Amino acid sequence: MTQVQSNIPRLQMQGVRKRFGESIALAGVDFAVSSGEVMALVGENGAGKSTLMKILSGAYQPDEGEMWLDGKPYRPSGPHAARSAGVAMIYQELSLARHLSVMENILLGMEPTLGPLMNWTQMRQRAAEAMAQLGRPDIRPDRPLAELSIAEQQLVEIARAVAVGCRVLVLDEPTSSLTLNDIPRLFDLVRRLRSQGLAIVYISHFLEEVREISDRFTVLRDGQSVGGDSTPAVPTAKIIAMMVGRDVADLYPRSPRQRGAALLEIDGLSGDRKPIGASFTLHHGEVLGIAGLVGAGRTELVRSIFGLNPVRSGQIKLGHYSGARPPAQCWRAGMGMLSEDRKVEGLAIGLSIADNLTLTRLGPFVSPLRLLSDSRAWVRRLGIHCLSPRQRVGDLSGGNQQKVAIARLLHHDVDVFLLDEPTRGIDIGSKAEIYRVIDELACRGKAVLMVSSYLPELLGVCDQVAVMCKGRLSAPVPVDQINEHQIMLAATAGTEAA
Amino acid sequence: MTTRNTTSRPALPVLDYGTETSTHWQRVGSVLNSLGPLMALMLVFAFFSVERPTRFFTWPNFQIILIHMAVVATAALGMTCVIVSGGIDLSVGSSIALCTVVIAQCIIAGQSPVVSAICGILACMCIGLLIGLLVTTLKLSPFIVTLGLWGAVRGFAKWCSGDTNVNPPTRVTHTWLFHLLDILHDDQWQRIFPIGVWIMFALTIVVGLILRYTRFGRHVFAIGSNEQTARLCGVRVELGKVMIYLFATFFVGIAGVLEFSHLRIGDPTTADGLELNVIAAVVIGGASMTGGQGGVAGTLVGAMLMTVVNNGCTEMGMATSIQQIVTGVIIVLAAVLDHFRHRRST
Repeated sequence: MTQVQSNIPRLQMQGVRKRFGESIALAGVDFAVSSGEVMALVGENGAGKSTLMKILSGAYQPDEGEMWLDGKPYRPSGPHAARSAGVAMIYQELSLARHLSVMENILLGMEPTLGPLMNWTQMRQRAAEAMAQLGRPDIRPDRPLAELSIAEQQLVEIARAVAVGCRVLVLDEPTSSLTLNDIPRLFDLVRRLRSQGLAIVYISHFLEEVREISDRFTVLRDGQSVGGDSTPAVPTAKIIAMMVGRDVADLYPRSPRQRGAALLEIDGLSGDRKPIGASFTLHHGEVLGIAGLVGAGRTELVRSIFGLNPVRSGQIKLGHYSGARPPAQCWRAGMGMLSEDRKVEGLAIGLSIADNLTLTRLGPFVSPLRLLSDSRAWVRRLGIHCLSPRQRVGDLSGGNQQKVAIARLLHHDVDVFLLDEPTRGIDIGSKAEIYRVIDELACRGKAVLMVSSYLPELLGVCDQVAVMCKGRLSAPVPVDQINEHQIMLAATAGTEAA
Repeated sequence: MTTRNTTSRPALPVLDYGTETSTHWQRVGSVLNSLGPLMALMLVFAFFSVERPTRFFTWPNFQIILIHMAVVATAALGMTCVIVSGGIDLSVGSSIALCTVVIAQCIIAGQSPVVSAICGILACMCIGLLIGLLVTTLKLSPFIVTLGLWGAVRGFAKWCSGDTNVNPPTRVTHTWLFHLLDILHDDQWQRIFPIGVWIMFALTIVVGLILRYTRFGRHVFAIGSNEQTARLCGVRVELGKVMIYLFATFFVGIAGVLEFSHLRIGDPTTADGLELNVIAAVVIGGASMTGGQGGVAGTLVGAMLMTVVNNGCTEMGMATSIQQIVTGVIIVLAAVLDHFRHRRST
């Protein structure tokens, strides 16, 4: 590991190993972060980031290796011990009590007391101090948490860490639930905390974020730290190559596509609040991308088309038939949807791969053996990493789960693919495979509608891109006539009508 | 087609997917899942057989055990579907009481046993339809809906019967409807079990096949595992739930017929608290209260386990208080097992 400073790093790990039964989760991780530094931890899903986090937080004990906190040996026996030692984790899923107030959340488990009574005055004061330290004194300590936005709730979670006087703050994919407007604010906060002398470990899939916020980075691959450097010194392509262990030359394959007849025609579609009068036409052999900010109404548009959200006015014409229809009829008409939220909606994670994959296409009588053999074929074709189609979907990694969700559409053999954030939260290897699948589908004459918040992928995969802003959809533009800058402008303009 | 060149890509790392460990646990889990209750049953059975070989381990006593479990087990078949779909039905005991009252009154009104039994079953299915409609149209939780019906249906049964037992005339008591759960006479040995016990076994197989080999059955699991996914995948969730409660209360109706056959009267106070035994049988059998998991074979074993414990304790001369404690411990152990199963998934 590179040691940038001569003084002792705030947190250091050396040769940390961990195995579960036969599988090796961590095969030797070296890692150090100093006070007043943002260290990015990058790696594909399954590279061992979450295991490393759990060791840091004391949820797991390492099999081998040493950890030091400010030069003293650090081996937390559990999350509580880690917290009192000054190592705080902010997970992707916030762990807050929605029914309690901001201050109760911040000081949960260490409420100031006066004998047997709660010391509300001190509590309010300490919570206010913590929020002020984060630069947000405007969030009153006695507001119910449920009133706050997700970004503000995340702030409360960070305030909880600051209130106990943490020395190391670990942020796991902190932007995954934030809107684009909130991300710069989070970055400001991270810089602020850095200047206050905290050591910050920043875990993210988004290398743009890593580039913007981090001073140094460490790459994890196959459970090992394979390298790291000062972030500005290394080009992004090199970081990707380190992450995947190979060059991802053509991440976005684009075969020559034949645009065919119109297949899905949407005219003036309005939902409950969003979308507002959306119109577009999707042709055979075409990939149409929909860009926009989170909350612009992209998901609502897709859900309205698929009959999951109400349609107030407008036309949906699929093939020869027009009119809104419930999901069951959409599937029958040859249209399938991939949900943006794998865990909550996309997959029944308690059921097997086979059950998930074939759910849309069951006859009145079911042959379990047939389901298994069908599923096995898709597992092979998409390279889904599993032991058998009987395995529970919940046991798979995110990328493999997403492949199962996509395989469901492929198995149903739909003509129109509505893909809502098809690559969210999955590793680069799986992303590349999903791009390849989309490209192949377009080549075979299928029509693909793809919603994504990740602009390089939209520009890389799609033929046309439309931008959604505050419920209104712009006219689709061929992808070679638009760039990221123009899309961002349109997405944030607010007045551009369809 | 979506073929890909598998040779050009290095194999994905086997690392943090946790496949190896989880399979290990999955195997342990699935063995415990399917065999745990069965092993417990055999253990308990062996214990009583050794302790009371002359009174417990006898053919007539086996029949008594099967006869005693028939009502609970039959109702539990329906409850298995409800619990696997993520629901619950607390009105089972009350519905069974209503069923016996309806049958008795139909017989008094001069209907044949077949028609009377069908009326009883239909009465239960009306309750099921009501539950299904309330749960789907008003988006109420099944717990609250069926808790309300637990009281309301019991009250309705009492109102129908004038708050007293309904005694059918003695001239009809020789018909089949009154003898489904009789202990066999020596000259009936070729039947092996009473008809009611055969009905229980046959229905178990039927429900098992339905759950595994029909679209309806797979949809039950899908709805219970993740309702939103089911909806996304074109499962008509609302219709499905109504069908599930209708389907389940059909078995409650059959259980009511068996109960009537056992009592030979319409008793609006019968089967009080039976729903808890029914739920316990399903849970001991390995179903998850959060839905998506369970099966009728386990349920049958669960029902048998509870009956064997009660029967054995009686044969040992233990007080009912001890029986209740033992049953309670078994339910909690089953819950611990359930927790253990779920731990591997997190």
